[in-house]
Amino acid sequence: MLEQEAGPPIIRFRGLEKSFGDLHVLRGIDLDIPEGQCVSIIGASGSGKSTLLRVLMTLEHPTGGRVEVEGESLYTMKRNGEEVPANRAHIRRIRRKICMVFQHFNLFPHMKVLRNVTEAPIHVLGLSREEANQRGRSYLEMVGLSDKVDAYPAQLSGGQKQRVAIARALAMQPKIMLFDEITSALDPELVGGILDLLREIKQQGDMTMLIVTHEMKFARDSSDRVLFVDEGVILEDSDPQQMFTNPEHERTRRFLDTVLSEQA
Amino acid sequence: MPPFLEFLIATFPMLWRGLVITIQLALGGIALAIVMSLAAGLGKMSKIPPLRWLCIAYIEVFRGTSALVQLFWFYFVLPFFGVSITEFQAGVLVLGLNAGSYGAEVVRGAIQAVPRGQYEAAIALNFTPMQRLWRIIVPQAVVSMLPPMGTIFIELLKNTALAALITLNELTFVAKQIRDDTQRTTEVFLAVLVMYFAVALCITAVMRTAEWWLSRGLDRGGVR
Amino acid sequence: MEWDWALTWEILPELARAFRVTVAATIIGFSMALVGGLVLTILRRSPFRIISWPANFIVEFVRSTPLLVQLYFFYFVFPVEIPDMGGIFTSAFITGVLALALHYSSYTSEVYRAGIDAVPKGQWEAAAALNMSGGRTWTSVILPQAIPPILPALGNYLIAMFKDTPLLYAITVVELLTTAYQIGSARFQYVEAFTIVGVLFLIVSLMSAWLIRRMERWTALPSH
Repeated sequence: MLEQEAGPPIIRFRGLEKSFGDLHVLRGIDLDIPEGQCVSIIGASGSGKSTLLRVLMTLEHPTGGRVEVEGESLYTMKRNGEEVPANRAHIRRIRRKICMVFQHFNLFPHMKVLRNVTEAPIHVLGLSREEANQRGRSYLEMVGLSDKVDAYPAQLSGGQKQRVAIARALAMQPKIMLFDEITSALDPELVGGILDLLREIKQQGDMTMLIVTHEMKFARDSSDRVLFVDEGVILEDSDPQQMFTNPEHERTRRFLDTVLSEQA
Repeated sequence: MPPFLEFLIATFPMLWRGLVITIQLALGGIALAIVMSLAAGLGKMSKIPPLRWLCIAYIEVFRGTSALVQLFWFYFVLPFFGVSITEFQAGVLVLGLNAGSYGAEVVRGAIQAVPRGQYEAAIALNFTPMQRLWRIIVPQAVVSMLPPMGTIFIELLKNTALAALITLNELTFVAKQIRDDTQRTTEVFLAVLVMYFAVALCITAVMRTAEWWLSRGLDRGGVR
Repeated sequence: MEWDWALTWEILPELARAFRVTVAATIIGFSMALVGGLVLTILRRSPFRIISWPANFIVEFVRSTPLLVQLYFFYFVFPVEIPDMGGIFTSAFITGVLALALHYSSYTSEVYRAGIDAVPKGQWEAAAALNMSGGRTWTSVILPQAIPPILPALGNYLIAMFKDTPLLYAITVVELLTTAYQIGSARFQYVEAFTIVGVLFLIVSLMSAWLIRRMERWTALPSH
């Protein structure tokens, strides 16, 4: 079992449910993630693993259960001692701690690369233009794109776009970073570079990282903890060595066998 | 000098004054149309039902009735409600409201065509709803609004002629006066048609330039 | 300001009679525009520039200039040549309908063009391979495929023409708006007459728009 660190977890899900009409995507998720942990989330497509991240990012609102970030409820707030649905300001205050990188990059096509990275630091965090530019350039340098600050996203390759998207998220300096299948839309030869970048980010900071991925080698070698999500529940939650050598459940074993034989 | 040229040169100062008023009408109408298009187009997507209904009612009424009937209504009926407006004001008002009702649908369509991922990225970066709309969504939607808006502006320009029927001395009104005085129909009206055509070409050119300028760098195929 | 119901009931029959003129102008004018637009489209596709270029210019020019000026032009250029046939078919009526037809031919021409461009190139090649004549290719291969998908767009222009018929007021055709204006100025009570006209247009437009939406459903080609 994992050692529980002291203090409250930075992320806590309790009985989290999400349905789209009749489709029950998340069926009661209970999960604690301590600060600084790098967690890989694996599972078949449609298992609900992306929805888990999207609920934390408030892109989808849960239909039941509770989400806490640093001990504060995300979707409810206290008013006169009573628990009421959170208003916009409350959600924005908590959401400030979280950022996300998407499968399809979602860069802003009407802004040059540097402005893609500085727009939110200026208008959301309130940085001055000089500060934001400096910060933006340093993150673009970190992702290896110093020479592309004046390009438009349409002029970049898929791998470069995803690097910009990562720099854009890093520039918000969130405590929690969510990566939603960020290599799935890339050509195979570009995947390695992006994964190296993820490793670098992990080593550099104390950021909490949740990574939904199909890259089993990455999950095994580079994360602190692996979750296997199956049909809307966390079926298995263990350290990478155990998950990949001796999974507890038959379903996990079958999933890993299928995926690993494809990626061998 | 051929007599028709001599005639045109003689009447040109009058036609020119009419043309200036026509252009003022069109510019005023276009300005109002842009405001109304954005307001009603965004309002129709609002989550607040009364606001949404108000916008739908505005759009349907102005699209469903004739521009000339609207002009007569504003010019002849409003005074009975104690609101008196000049011919020029009635013209700008009706041109702008009429074109705005068509533009609203353009705005709504273009905004809904912005990929969902753009909203999601804006949420992930914690922009406020207003910042999402004005910094992320609208700037992208504007590019695809421009061509249909150009068509609407040309329709608006053509509709400025209707103001002649409430005796505003714009280009068509002046032309008809000259014709009534001189009986030289062909020369006057051909000259006026060419003038309108020239203004329409200018509108098209401005819209094309704006589109080219705003879509620099945008890969319209795979925008992500 | 109070709504005068007595007056409303008194003037309704008169407006209803005038409405028939409006409808007649729309139907005759649009039938002519359907044919005229098709002719223009075929001319624009001619391989000979001496034919295609003027056809293109006519479409652009007519589409970019005000219908009102075109109406005046027609009305004053051939005033006496058309005999007065009495009834609703006055010479002004015929002139007006001709101008409406020309104006809307330029719109329908664009619609036909879009429909024809959407027919796959292979269809032309197949017709050529079967050694069909040009006329046969158009009537039995191209048009039957090009026209059903564009019926809704044509329908929208039918509504647009209907809403443009009040412009016939300018050349003294006694249609709906002219009648309302006469009623209004005779009693100096404009509110009722103009509002009824607006409501009539609104009702007809909304109903036709609803019909067109239904039509869009059954003209959508079955998917392959």
